[in-house]
Amino acid sequence: MKTITWFLELTATVALALALMPGSTPLLAVSAGDKAAAGASVKIDNFSFGPTEVSIPAGATVTWTNNDDVPHVVASDDKLFKSKPLDTDDHFSFTFSKPGTYMYYCSIHPKMTAKVVVH
Amino acid sequence: MADVIRDNINKDGIDRRGFLQCMAWAGTGVLYTMHGGILKSLPLAQGAMGGDHMKNMKGADFSFIQISDSHIGFSKEANPDVTATLQVAVDRINSTAAQPDFLLHTGDISQLSKPSEFDTAEQVLKGAKAGKIFYVPGEHDVLTDDGQQYLDRFGKGTKGKGWYSFDHKGSHFIGLVNVVDLKAGGLGSLGSSQLEWLADDVKQLKSSTPIIVFAHIPLWAIYPEWGWGTDDSEQALGYLKRFGSVSVLNGHIHQIMQKVEGNITFHTALSTAFPQPAPGTASSPGPMKVPADQLRNVLGISHVNFVQGNHSLAIVDSPLAQS
Repeated sequence: MKTITWFLELTATVALALALMPGSTPLLAVSAGDKAAAGASVKIDNFSFGPTEVSIPAGATVTWTNNDDVPHVVASDDKLFKSKPLDTDDHFSFTFSKPGTYMYYCSIHPKMTAKVVVH
Repeated sequence: MADVIRDNINKDGIDRRGFLQCMAWAGTGVLYTMHGGILKSLPLAQGAMGGDHMKNMKGADFSFIQISDSHIGFSKEANPDVTATLQVAVDRINSTAAQPDFLLHTGDISQLSKPSEFDTAEQVLKGAKAGKIFYVPGEHDVLTDDGQQYLDRFGKGTKGKGWYSFDHKGSHFIGLVNVVDLKAGGLGSLGSSQLEWLADDVKQLKSSTPIIVFAHIPLWAIYPEWGWGTDDSEQALGYLKRFGSVSVLNGHIHQIMQKVEGNITFHTALSTAFPQPAPGTASSPGPMKVPADQLRNVLGISHVNFVQGNHSLAIVDSPLAQS
């Protein structure tokens, strides 16, 4: 498993190196597209996070959007991240660099809980 | 007429008439009168202006008014003008037959803890004819800077995150804070340092002293599924067991509920901004949208008594006029 991760990281590094080479703009575009697809979005509706669990690769970004008429605050249990108060339609993004399971909740409506799994 | 559940098709303890009465809310305040250590409440609806109010005032030691959940800054469909409805509440306070000794605001003064929202709230509340306004914060008032702005504006001279007590005409009032340092998966929380302070605060009082506790989130488990309760409230209420008369006043749930448990009477107040659904009657406790004409014009006839049933929540409505 560790070897596979190593290999993927190496591949990503090579891809990035190639992308940064002059005259390789198309490759950079493809690479960026792949990266965005690997991220996840979480909607806040009716005082709950949906989906309650998202799985992403290390380095990907999760974006939360508040669709409720009341503000919410996205905060991780271990204080790794905390959004500002999110009013209706506000977004918050966080990029997870290390693998692990990240539990989070709404710090003003703590019954709202969910998690991000980074592999 | 009162205390009857009819047409309870969904077996959820609430009928259509009850539901409509819940919607016909009055976002004003609750008038409390103290009679020989016993607190009586009367929602500040039209009835409170005339005969009922005077009847309630007769023989009272003093009175005060609770207002709650002004949410200044909220502008969604449920109430696009919360400043105007707070003004209505103040106007109604000023037209009560006898001026209250003071006001209690049980939190959620603002929607997003913005300085401009607090400014507007202060501006409107300044117009209330009452000796003083005592506050406790709601979770919407401590969204930024760990609640420092709230403390600077509304909590000067308080302990910790804003808790305090004071005596008034023989009664002991205790303002508690249960909206900070909330734990994932939990409810409202008082925390150990506040509990220690509370135990010490009431230690010297005679058991005959009437106690009035006020805090934002209910100090009894109204509906934990929606976060309507406080994790360590039992410990706090434990310190008050020896007192003959304890009244607990809360906001947060934007509707009136009352319960008596031993020596303790629990009350929750309406919001001056928008109503919220009765426990379990909607997919979430979010703001309830009611027709504009009802929002402003239909006055307080909703009085929901909370009864903990064996399996589901039973809500019995009793019209205000008869209460």
